[in-house]
Amino acid sequence: MLAAEQVAEHAAEHVGWFLDHAFLIPLVPAVAFAIIILVGKRLPMKGSEVGVASIFASLVLAVGVAYQWIERSHSTVEPVIRKVVWWQSGGIEFSVGQHIDGLSVVMLLLVAFISTLVQIYSLEYLRGDRRYTHFFAALTLFSGGMLMMVLAENMVQLILGWEIMGLCSFMLIGHWWEEEANSRAALKAFWTVRVGDIGLLVGTGIIFFGASAFAQESGSNGFSIAAINEWALNDTGASHTVLLWGSVALFIACIGKSGQFPLHTWLPDAMAGPTPVSSLLHSSTMVVAGVFLVARLYPLFHTGLDINVAGQQFNLIAVIGGITIIIAAALAFVQTDIKKVLAYSTVSQLGYMMMGLGVGAFTPAVFHIFTHAFFKCCLFLCAGSVAHSGSHHSFEMKKDMGGLARKMPITAACWIISTLALCGVPFFSGFFSKDEIIDNAHNNGYKVFWVIGLVGAFMTTAYMTRATYLTFFGTARGAAAGVHHDDSHAVAHDVHDTHDAHDAHDAHDAHAGPHESPALITVPLVILAVLALTAGYLNAAPFHIEKFTEWFATEGREPFPELASAAFEWVNALPSIVLVAAGFIVSLFISRGLYGEKAFFLKGITKRSRPLRAGYTFLYNKYYLDALYENVIVRAVAYPISKATYWINQNVIDRTVDQVGLTGQSVGNWVYRNIDQRVVDGAVNGSGAAARGTGSALRPIQSGKVNQYGALLFGAAAIGALVLVIVNT
Amino acid sequence: MLAETLVAQNISFGIIATVMVVGAIRVVTSKNVVHAALWLVCVLAGAAAQYLLVYAEFVAITQILVYVGAVMVLFLFGVMLTRARIGNENDLNNKNWALGIPVALTMFAAMAIALVGGFSDEKLPSPSTAVRIDTQAVSDAIFKPYLLPFWALSFVLLVAVIGAIVLARKD
Amino acid sequence: MLINEFLLLGAVLFCIGIYGVIARKNAVMVLMAIELILNAVNLNLLAFALRNGSPDGHVFALYVIAVAAAEVGVGLGLVLLIYRNKRTIALDELSEMKG
Repeated sequence: MLAAEQVAEHAAEHVGWFLDHAFLIPLVPAVAFAIIILVGKRLPMKGSEVGVASIFASLVLAVGVAYQWIERSHSTVEPVIRKVVWWQSGGIEFSVGQHIDGLSVVMLLLVAFISTLVQIYSLEYLRGDRRYTHFFAALTLFSGGMLMMVLAENMVQLILGWEIMGLCSFMLIGHWWEEEANSRAALKAFWTVRVGDIGLLVGTGIIFFGASAFAQESGSNGFSIAAINEWALNDTGASHTVLLWGSVALFIACIGKSGQFPLHTWLPDAMAGPTPVSSLLHSSTMVVAGVFLVARLYPLFHTGLDINVAGQQFNLIAVIGGITIIIAAALAFVQTDIKKVLAYSTVSQLGYMMMGLGVGAFTPAVFHIFTHAFFKCCLFLCAGSVAHSGSHHSFEMKKDMGGLARKMPITAACWIISTLALCGVPFFSGFFSKDEIIDNAHNNGYKVFWVIGLVGAFMTTAYMTRATYLTFFGTARGAAAGVHHDDSHAVAHDVHDTHDAHDAHDAHDAHAGPHESPALITVPLVILAVLALTAGYLNAAPFHIEKFTEWFATEGREPFPELASAAFEWVNALPSIVLVAAGFIVSLFISRGLYGEKAFFLKGITKRSRPLRAGYTFLYNKYYLDALYENVIVRAVAYPISKATYWINQNVIDRTVDQVGLTGQSVGNWVYRNIDQRVVDGAVNGSGAAARGTGSALRPIQSGKVNQYGALLFGAAAIGALVLVIVNT
Repeated sequence: MLAETLVAQNISFGIIATVMVVGAIRVVTSKNVVHAALWLVCVLAGAAAQYLLVYAEFVAITQILVYVGAVMVLFLFGVMLTRARIGNENDLNNKNWALGIPVALTMFAAMAIALVGGFSDEKLPSPSTAVRIDTQAVSDAIFKPYLLPFWALSFVLLVAVIGAIVLARKD
Repeated sequence: MLINEFLLLGAVLFCIGIYGVIARKNAVMVLMAIELILNAVNLNLLAFALRNGSPDGHVFALYVIAVAAAEVGVGLGLVLLIYRNKRTIALDELSEMKG
């Protein structure tokens, strides 16, 4: 893409070189990806230098963009839109380009910054890995995909970036694919997100056809993000039904990508990837993409779902976000893997962002993306640091950690600062963003979500206190105490390292015992921890600092709904502060009781008390959602359908009308046998019998007979069409 | 106004439509493969005639050339190369053939309801008012806005030619 | 002339084609039924082209004819190959599954 080819929308306006050339930000990593793949292995540092350099170049460009944007935001407020048509068909022009406004500037800065730190960290963390070059290639392209998505000018480009990320996350999560669990996790992440992506495609289609007529008046088409937003806010232009279904379909994509309930199950499994990947995936890229999409098309969601309409108590986004906050926080309590705790914590925090958007707290939600990225990235990198140097590549808090605060002071300090930020302790960054969301939920009249936000804050503090206690305090256990039990993590270790080029690390291992990580790991940690402490002061409502809003707000600058904003008062923040303190005290008490050295009445309580054990098992099995998907949705729901088809097959031809009575009886039996006995019981027990029965019942449908497949296909289409026709007339 | 009633067109539409429907039913019910192929010729030629009625002369000629000319010959070759017997056979339908009836009827019901509801008695433009799409307009459309699909299609045809050769080659 | 005359004729042909796809055993016959479906679609495209006075319908109809020709070519190539290997083109005898 050459600058000369650009079609300048606001032709005469001079906006500065960086803003004009923001499209270079994703382009640099994309080119770097190609270089790493092609010649990376022959380079002195095996391609990693190209990756780090390219992302750093992106960061410099992004800083330039941010600087010029802030300069500009004093006078003019128009978004900078540049585009070039790359192909056209049937009168529709498909363009690529950039849509730079406050939201994309924040995201560009954030993604480039976090990616740079993660790449630097990976230099040490993955040293000697057998697919070192490929790792950096995928990591670079991954960042490029996210960067492309955040500055996308139109939906097609956004989908492209979205899918590049999906693909790269698959490669990165499955980086150590020799272990089956890892490759399964990668597949699960990929396919779960793909399920949501159907919504993205459908939603984009709906919106395109809805907005086309309106958009053509301004010379663009229904893919253009600016045009969609304008169309959604136009009172006369948009049919509310189209807006509603368009936003619902797009939100399904966000559910998949951002790990919202009920498609959150892939996210904790995605921990199978190397820690830097988890860190990048969970802080600023991938999972934030869904929240970003809602924010990007916020006028559409706002109008489509009637957010902030007087008297509205619930809407889809807020409900999903609220449910996600609570269930993910509850799940975080029973995890023993430190990364899984963080994973569920991410899910829960994403719930906050979604809920914030759902209750009309737009700027606080975007600000929460911003602050969350720093402290969550820091927490993951701390976990990686602990595993790298403290617990001998184990992430098991109960088995291999404990008492590490003294051995790894820098890591522990960074962890604690980030934890405080995550919990929303006053004067740490999380407080300024999370509390604003909760406060605005209350202010906008969403009482239920205000309560959910508060409960979530309590739970967040509690599980983070537990994780902190288990990792850094109390007695040292397992590897943290210097014990080598080679059985469990020998495999991981072998995969992780290769014998050559890893002498330094083997030397580390030789004198065993936890120690502080090297500088390449701790420097990013410290930078992030400082930001976790300070980033919140960009928009610190208690001190009337509103730089973030001033610089990056979208409201009032381009088509955007009018949102109420709560004025900060300490009284309103008091409940959450009290709850955070309560969560800390309760959890510390319980953690000491459960995991401390002294005998205590709480010890082993989940083994002794029946209701508590049931609750623990329920949470431990993640509400049986995975079992539900695999046993009920995949097998049992497909099963009645197949069974019904089979039944038609057999009876339409072979038997005649006089057997109606008999079949009625068999249907009854069948419902009893399968719905009641198998689906209900089977879901609970997850029994093998259900699977076997399903298999044999599914067999007839997989007959390999083309005609039968055709009959099923056309029959389903015909019935679907008939239903639609009848509904619509 | 004589032009508005269009007696001749209506009568010819009726005749051709009847031939097409009967032909189509024979195509899917005939017990003889060759007869089915010949009935298919009837339907395709009838379709070409209908295209003339909606002023699509170029498409009608293409239909005759491609379908009635080339595709039918292909079908007859296919019949010839795969079946020794030309006469009647009793087992041309598979044993689930009855399943097709409800499916087709449901589909038709859906479409009929939608069409009757949607276009109840909307008239096509009469010859005096209709915008005539001549061959030049069609070629302009193909080579300007729909050029990209045209390229894609050329590629599909190329692949089909190579694919057919590869598939049918003996080695 | 009513537009519905053409559209309903198209619908009838389409449904007959679907019946053919489901009911016929001989692979060549199934291909013929698919041709019926494609022609029904073309009829609709051209009727709408007349109604809207735009050449788009003609273009699509031509493209459909071209794709249909390609499809018959490859389809019959497949049928020949199957016949050579199995000595039959009855679709329900081709299945190797045990369903």
